[in-house]
Amino acid sequence: MKLWMKVTAVVLLVYTHTAGLLFDVPRLPILNETIRALYFHVPMWFGMILLYGMSIYYAIRYLRNPLEEYDIRSVEFAHVGTAFGILGMLTGMLWARYTWGAFWHGDPKQNGAAITLLVYLAYFVLRGSLENQEQRARLSAVYNLFAFAAMIPLIFIIPRMQSSMHPGSGGNPGFNAYDLDASMRIVFYPAVAGWFLIGYWIATLRVRVRKLLLIDTAS
Amino acid sequence: MKYVLTLVCLLAAAVVRAQEQVEMADTMRAEGKIYVIVGIVLIVLAGMLVYLFMLDRKLSNLEKERGNRTS
Repeated sequence: MKLWMKVTAVVLLVYTHTAGLLFDVPRLPILNETIRALYFHVPMWFGMILLYGMSIYYAIRYLRNPLEEYDIRSVEFAHVGTAFGILGMLTGMLWARYTWGAFWHGDPKQNGAAITLLVYLAYFVLRGSLENQEQRARLSAVYNLFAFAAMIPLIFIIPRMQSSMHPGSGGNPGFNAYDLDASMRIVFYPAVAGWFLIGYWIATLRVRVRKLLLIDTAS
Repeated sequence: MKYVLTLVCLLAAAVVRAQEQVEMADTMRAEGKIYVIVGIVLIVLAGMLVYLFMLDRKLSNLEKERGNRTS
């Protein structure tokens, strides 16, 4: 990862943590000041989806050309993506406690996100249960395709088809519900980019550690 | 007369709604205490990012060391 990407990530995050607390936000009942949680909660999920996207990208590359490098990249992106997802879940639960009244509502969006995380946890269980490196890499790459394909209806489609309190669900398009003046976009999108870059960075660090360990076992 | 009264009532309702302010942390902002929070959040963020940079450099050193040994 190039230095300018790391610096960009730092600049974006410093900006969003400042602007996210200081800039004007729409004054809406129930949400009140907690609307600012959007700047910190939603980028975790966007980051997770983008990191899982990187993971499936390397899974496909592995299936086309079985190099161990691609397998390592695929698993580490999935790993960081899951960490982002867990943070998104915890922040969402805290936010739900104060706006919906309880940590867990069984809301379609919450359930879909929880099942997605379980699907990806099973990916690590699958990997852990196979000894042979090539077999593990190939089977988990195929499973990765199914996991990503399962995530799309679970997070994007099913919550929109049912009544969900989560914005962007139950027929509501995107988060236009409280994004009337677009003033929030100038903080939200940089936050997504910044957090994705941080996730990408951590994943590359983990890939490098794995490679060092490979050299260790080989020699 | 009935219509005028209805109109007045509607206008009054609109005025009342406009004055109904949604409660926000305005006092904290007016007192400038929000900057304390911004400062604290930025210190924690900076600490985490510096830590990440240091990890990155440590890993680079390790890689260099290994590269020398194998060649």
